[in-house]
Amino acid sequence: MSRDGTREQFGVTGFGVHVPRLRLDRRALLDQHGWSHKGLKALAKGQRSFADWDEDSVTMAVAAARGALAGQPVERRAIAALTLASTSLPFADRQNAGIVAAALGLGERVATLDVTGSLRAGSSALLAGLRGRSAGLLIVAAESRRAKAASPQEATYGDAAAAFALGRDNLLAEFLGGATLTVDFVDHYRASTALHDYAWEDRWIRDEGWLTIAPRAARAALEDSGVSAAEVAHLILPPGQPRVAATLAEQLGIPASAVRDGLDSRVGHSGAAHPLLMLAHALEQARAGDLILVIGFGQGADALVFRATGAAGTGAVVETALAAGRVETGYGRFAALTGSVERDEGMRAELDLQTPLTVLHRKRDMLLGLVGGRCAACGTRQFPKARVCVNPDCNAWDAQEDVRLADDPARVVTWTADHLTYCPSPPAHYGLIQFEAGGRLLAGYADVDPGDLSVGAPLRMVFRVKDYDPRRDFRRYFWKAAPLRGGEG
Amino acid sequence: MATGIRDKVAIVGMGCTRFGERWNDGAEDLMAEAYAEALADSGLATKDIQAAWLATANEDLHVGRGGIPLATTLRLPYIPVTRVENFCASGTEALRGAVYAVASGACDVALALGVEKLKDTGYGGLPQRARGSLNALWWPSYTAPGSFAQLAEAYRARHGVARADLKRAMAHVSVKSHANGAKNPKAHLRKPITEQAALDAPMVAEPLGLFDCCGVSDGAACAIVTTPDIARGLGKRNAVSVKALQLAVSNGAESGFGAWDGSHVVTARIAARRAYAEAGVADPRRDLSLTEVHDCFSITELVTMEDLGLSREGGAVRDALDGVFDADGALPCQIDGGLKCFGHPIGASGLRMVYELYLQLLGRAGPRQRPDVRLGLTHNLGGAPHQNVCSVAIVGRLGE
Repeated sequence: MSRDGTREQFGVTGFGVHVPRLRLDRRALLDQHGWSHKGLKALAKGQRSFADWDEDSVTMAVAAARGALAGQPVERRAIAALTLASTSLPFADRQNAGIVAAALGLGERVATLDVTGSLRAGSSALLAGLRGRSAGLLIVAAESRRAKAASPQEATYGDAAAAFALGRDNLLAEFLGGATLTVDFVDHYRASTALHDYAWEDRWIRDEGWLTIAPRAARAALEDSGVSAAEVAHLILPPGQPRVAATLAEQLGIPASAVRDGLDSRVGHSGAAHPLLMLAHALEQARAGDLILVIGFGQGADALVFRATGAAGTGAVVETALAAGRVETGYGRFAALTGSVERDEGMRAELDLQTPLTVLHRKRDMLLGLVGGRCAACGTRQFPKARVCVNPDCNAWDAQEDVRLADDPARVVTWTADHLTYCPSPPAHYGLIQFEAGGRLLAGYADVDPGDLSVGAPLRMVFRVKDYDPRRDFRRYFWKAAPLRGGEG
Repeated sequence: MATGIRDKVAIVGMGCTRFGERWNDGAEDLMAEAYAEALADSGLATKDIQAAWLATANEDLHVGRGGIPLATTLRLPYIPVTRVENFCASGTEALRGAVYAVASGACDVALALGVEKLKDTGYGGLPQRARGSLNALWWPSYTAPGSFAQLAEAYRARHGVARADLKRAMAHVSVKSHANGAKNPKAHLRKPITEQAALDAPMVAEPLGLFDCCGVSDGAACAIVTTPDIARGLGKRNAVSVKALQLAVSNGAESGFGAWDGSHVVTARIAARRAYAEAGVADPRRDLSLTEVHDCFSITELVTMEDLGLSREGGAVRDALDGVFDADGALPCQIDGGLKCFGHPIGASGLRMVYELYLQLLGRAGPRQRPDVRLGLTHNLGGAPHQNVCSVAIVGRLGE
């Protein structure tokens, strides 16, 4: 309570999303599997997103979180805690949120937490953060979902991430209230050792799950918020079966016009990230005062109610992320990158990629935060940070202070497209890049389409997987340079 | 004040194996073959060798580590044997060690031998090498063609060259080297190619196609060096002598300091300038008779012509197309086929280049002999344009 006795406002102060550029035209699945799975015809509409070979839930979380922090009036160090929600975390025992925090440069005093185990992980983490009312909290949800070849899930799943910064000032949306129901309703599951989900019948899930459990959570949340269903302007329900959202709205008394597009034709169901992705999309389009009901579903349901302040409704960050795509109309690249086929990768893929963990620790700021050096004697920015300044006219010893290069714009100095080196999605693009404010390095390029690169072309840095070590189930992360496209940056 | 290496050391024997896919020969066979030729050429015996340098770049693929493989293969008499590795300049590094040993007076006769057995990997192209514990965590996994391809776009941007014009000049470089290699019985690739074939070849690393890339070969080459007095005592008339031996190694400024635009090779310019000074070469385009440069890729040869001062900046495309560097041109380059067609067993390459100049200076180059050869230059470039080791050597005849 504030001094005048009214409840102090708390809510969303920033948001960001990441949708991988790669999209699969779902007709490719019917073309590929139609001979055996005629039922795919009903799903062969629109596109789904899928992670590039160098993206996973951690890298997508970093991308979304950077978006959430971009508009922040506060310094990044003001982020006191970060929660990462996902059912597709790359590490079962190495805190994934810790990698995200290091990539964001949040410092060692940040409190981090992984939340997983249910598609409700994203909405539950958000609800817990909002109820905790502790400012400086970053909630990130990300998914890179796997599905068996020819399964319906291969068509309906999608990959995406969304992040929300929470606090008291300059709210984009005020949190009004929420509710949770916990029901061990096993519509699908994945054992901790399994790659793929196992799902029960759709009609049962619809009737006894979505249309039975979700409305109870929604009613409780509306009651908690003091909001009537008729006032809701945006109903957010992850995509599932046709007409579920409309039926649910009708049951609750929410206007049909409030039912939001589930983004299934552009992204697919991005699991724990999806309610947050849709919330970000809604905030971008909401008018001041719009009431938003978010439902997260998975072994029960979360429901959250917000009032948009209208402060977010000027940009098109989410729309840009949803639109920016490179559409694959064939199954080959999708199948190779999602692991549905085992590709002959050639002997060059046999190189041993053991990572010395001592080196990784020693150089963690450099490798995860892209921290270089700035020479206090001559001002030269350089990567890596070194004992002796790289400027031939300086060469000062031990004079460098840390400088984070990850958020600085850069340009192409040199580039090539290499068809010889091993790359899961050849050709490999790399070259020398120059930061506008000084500093350069030989970098891998990410998200490149033919014609994107030329000497002098503008770039932004992105956090990506550098290498996989299949022998030890490890992955290396580092920063790459991506072409700057319209609407980005 | 240092006086340099000019005319302090003579080369009295050289050997070089046929380069190529020597499926049935190991590195030991190749070392023995090159050494036997050099020893017979020198008139010396193994007991006369007082120190030796062995150059290999990928020793883990064939001989293993240290100087022992050379000592055991040749049964050297318990002399100092040092293994050197400095990327593609390794062979020239071995020669530098041997030459400096003789010049210092520490020994009378020294051996430099370079070898590489690359065709036991199971795949084409150079093998991917371990690059150090930290480098591997952040460097892109670049290949040789990919790293040298970087020169092409930067060169085009710097000099405003159309892609088609650069591709055609690169094709001419390769057509020329194939024509030369076809005439060399020791060369790996001996088929002439057409410009169109070069232009139509599959892409390896944009804009380098297959014919823009040199061969990956097995081979060995070696040199026996001694003092001018001993050379004369062996009856060598107009013995070949070392006029300059220079090495420049990147210190990270190209890749870490924002002054270099990627269109040329910084170390090559520095090594060349020092070598010309050491050899007393005032005008390289006029004074040099022949060059053997590190044409690992066609673009490298073009850029190197400018870095060595043999073409004006931005002028190599025109010079190459005009035939200046052809076998019958004003300043032939790779008259033996070069890395492109003679082949590129990495540790041997620097010594193979000197071998060709040695033959040309002694009038022993057969059908490819050029008239009036007085001074030749070799150039090696190891690593990548943004970070590399560059060697430049100049050889001529004693007293000339």
